[in-house]
Amino acid sequence: MTDSTGSDSPGSDSPGSGSPTADSPDAPRGLSRRGLFGLAGAGVAGLGLGIAGDRAALAVAASAAQSTAGTVYPFYQEHQAGIVTPAQDRLHFAAFDVADGTTRADLIELLQDWSVAAAAMTAGRDVGDYGSVSGPYDAPPEDTGEAHGLPPAGLTITFGFGPTLFQTEAGVDRFGLAARRPAELVDVPHFPGDMLEETRSGGDLCIQACADDPQVAVHAIRNLSRIAFGRAAIRWSQLGFGRTSSTSTSQATPRNLFGFKDGTANIKAEEPAAVTEHLWVGASDGPAWLAGGSYLVARRIRMTIETWDRTSLREQETVIGRNKGEGAPLSGGTEFTEPDFTLAGRADQPLIDTAAHVRLAHPTQNDGIRMLRRGYNFVDGNDALGRLDAGLFFISFQRTPASFTAVQLNLARHDALNEYIRHVGSALFAVPPGAAKGSYVGASLFA
Amino acid sequence: MRARLLPLVAASAVGLLALTGCVANATDSAAAGITVDSSADACDVSAAEAPSGNLSFTVTNSGDQVTEFYLLAEDGLRIVGEAENIGPGLSRDLVVQLKPGHYVTTCKPGMTGAGIDQRAFTVTDSGDDIKVDADLDASIEVANTNYAAYVRDQVAQLLTGTQAFADAYLAGDDDTARALYAPTRAHWERVETVAESFGDLDPQLDLREADLEEGQDWTGWHAIEKDLWPAEAEAGFAAYTPEQRQNLAGLLVADTETLNEKVQDLDFTLSQQTNGAIGLLDEVATGKVTGEEEFWSHTDLWDFQANIDGAKVLYAGVRDILLEEDADLAADLDTEFAALQELLDAQRVGEDFTLYTDLTPAEIKAFADQVNALGEPLNQLTATLVL
Repeated sequence: MTDSTGSDSPGSDSPGSGSPTADSPDAPRGLSRRGLFGLAGAGVAGLGLGIAGDRAALAVAASAAQSTAGTVYPFYQEHQAGIVTPAQDRLHFAAFDVADGTTRADLIELLQDWSVAAAAMTAGRDVGDYGSVSGPYDAPPEDTGEAHGLPPAGLTITFGFGPTLFQTEAGVDRFGLAARRPAELVDVPHFPGDMLEETRSGGDLCIQACADDPQVAVHAIRNLSRIAFGRAAIRWSQLGFGRTSSTSTSQATPRNLFGFKDGTANIKAEEPAAVTEHLWVGASDGPAWLAGGSYLVARRIRMTIETWDRTSLREQETVIGRNKGEGAPLSGGTEFTEPDFTLAGRADQPLIDTAAHVRLAHPTQNDGIRMLRRGYNFVDGNDALGRLDAGLFFISFQRTPASFTAVQLNLARHDALNEYIRHVGSALFAVPPGAAKGSYVGASLFA
Repeated sequence: MRARLLPLVAASAVGLLALTGCVANATDSAAAGITVDSSADACDVSAAEAPSGNLSFTVTNSGDQVTEFYLLAEDGLRIVGEAENIGPGLSRDLVVQLKPGHYVTTCKPGMTGAGIDQRAFTVTDSGDDIKVDADLDASIEVANTNYAAYVRDQVAQLLTGTQAFADAYLAGDDDTARALYAPTRAHWERVETVAESFGDLDPQLDLREADLEEGQDWTGWHAIEKDLWPAEAEAGFAAYTPEQRQNLAGLLVADTETLNEKVQDLDFTLSQQTNGAIGLLDEVATGKVTGEEEFWSHTDLWDFQANIDGAKVLYAGVRDILLEEDADLAADLDTEFAALQELLDAQRVGEDFTLYTDLTPAEIKAFADQVNALGEPLNQLTATLVL
């Protein structure tokens, strides 16, 4: 929701980590015995026959005409993919709680299994050695199969660690991690107007799966949650359609369900200085294991769109601070013109209202704070009153959660938009740096 | 990533099995194992030799008859592995664990005769240890005998209990009938997957109201359950007449007698036993965890425990065999069964259990998570033991 943060500098150099390439063939394939369902029984865990269906290869011929369908973002790289990666169209996000009785060794094995499976799926392959349509006939297939034959669709899978992974709310240090918890990894404070639901908030672990095909994103979460059975279970999950932010200057600015362009002033991959300053945790910021990582804030923001829709266009534009057609600030210009918050109109009133969303979220009003937003629209059916259960699943990445807290506090106190929105879910995760080939996401935390 | 990976590396190095890690150049990765082309007059195996360990044969039927592929011992008689019922144009994998030695491959288009195009297939020593199945057949036979006896015993107890339940119900002693309801049904739930194999008996005895078709007669346990717990029924529900009670109780006893007769001469293959255990856990996952099974009495945890009892008996019967085949899987299953039992024990109230409606959402979630945790390894049982 925060129409935050800063100017764009189109044309600057790409940091490289968002560029599509084919994943390398020497990525590890084997899952642990527990993670490898179809083969566990056959006693061939890790056999690596490599005959699993290769969706990428199958799909190349089928989808030569589609430009994005065959896109592959490498899993093993310096920073996790799915952050500065150009925002894909679809999201499946899931928060997990680690199961009782899971040990530190089990947790590490789970992260290893997840990394191997994520590397396979993002490369367009099925999970496991035999995949979804081969292997022992009397065993369930290793891969669930609904993405078989689909292109990789730019799938990225991003993992994060919640505060409770380090220490439960009762203060229990289940995995010997309490001492490694970053001081900033605590639940964001209660903001005015928050109506958070326990069942949509928090979590020990999170996985953000983004793709240009919803089935590919769902397939990723489904298989990763299956691999986790007995070690971690889904606490809550969220489907998102339609990105609400651009994370690359190559992308057009999309619209949120209020019908306004959102994310105009987002951090873009093409701004390496801003990415370094505002996005990645620095080596001296806190625990060394998180260097090169980031913090992910997720907020499920319900929009009362029925009320919004009977609001006059004047009121809508006043609340947002941009015009609805092009997304230009009401102080004039075009979409990417910097808003002028001082420019006044009749009666000396500023053209951009003092309570306008764009003003309150803007870096100049927030001590220069910027973050990278990667939110998605959602419509999860309807409520009992026949209203669409719709809104924005807000995701932001930032170097410190304090950035989000500062901006959100400003918004929660003053934003005219608050009349039309309600924050019902909230979670914070530390996103570790990317994994090197042969290693796994989060390895630095357990080193 | 374990020591078991070693055979992979060896296999790839000799070019028998190609890794398909690279998107760009993988073309037909499904063909990366050993392939077998079964045509009308040939059984063309892509390699005549392979290193010992786990091998995958992808059998494609290029003929126009249903075909089978057999991997036979050196004598050309004993079946080491088979892929059956492969329709024209289809492919199927046969995954087998092979010791060094000489074998014979053959196909049976039309599924008759001795098999065509018999070829020698040599397995060289990869240095990987392959265990020997000692007395496997004997162990399976013992497991079968024991399980058949268990089913007979449970159904006999079910019959005795059902008669007592029906007597109380007919006598109008509803308190006694309610007290007998769940403990008696436990005998049914323990062997539910067997009982379900007898066509009409299962719907006659165990259909829930939600399962009924328009106009279908409702009989069995749950029809009586609703009458015994009328407070849970919809407004305007009329208690059954004495004639209705007589009819339902009579059918319940008669159908249970029929079931008892049918289980006297049962024989179970190994896969029927392992799949029975899987089936019982599926029953738990779909009906009991959700509280849909005992819609009026809310005694779902009794059924839950009974399903698990039955699955445990089936698992215990094959556990010795499993220890030989895959001790890790056995250890997993032991752990997960124990964890599930712990959750159930926490809900015991004397001889009884907490009613489903008294469980908290967190408790139900814990049950669901643990059923998933047990279900994934349990679903490996058939493939592990039958391979």
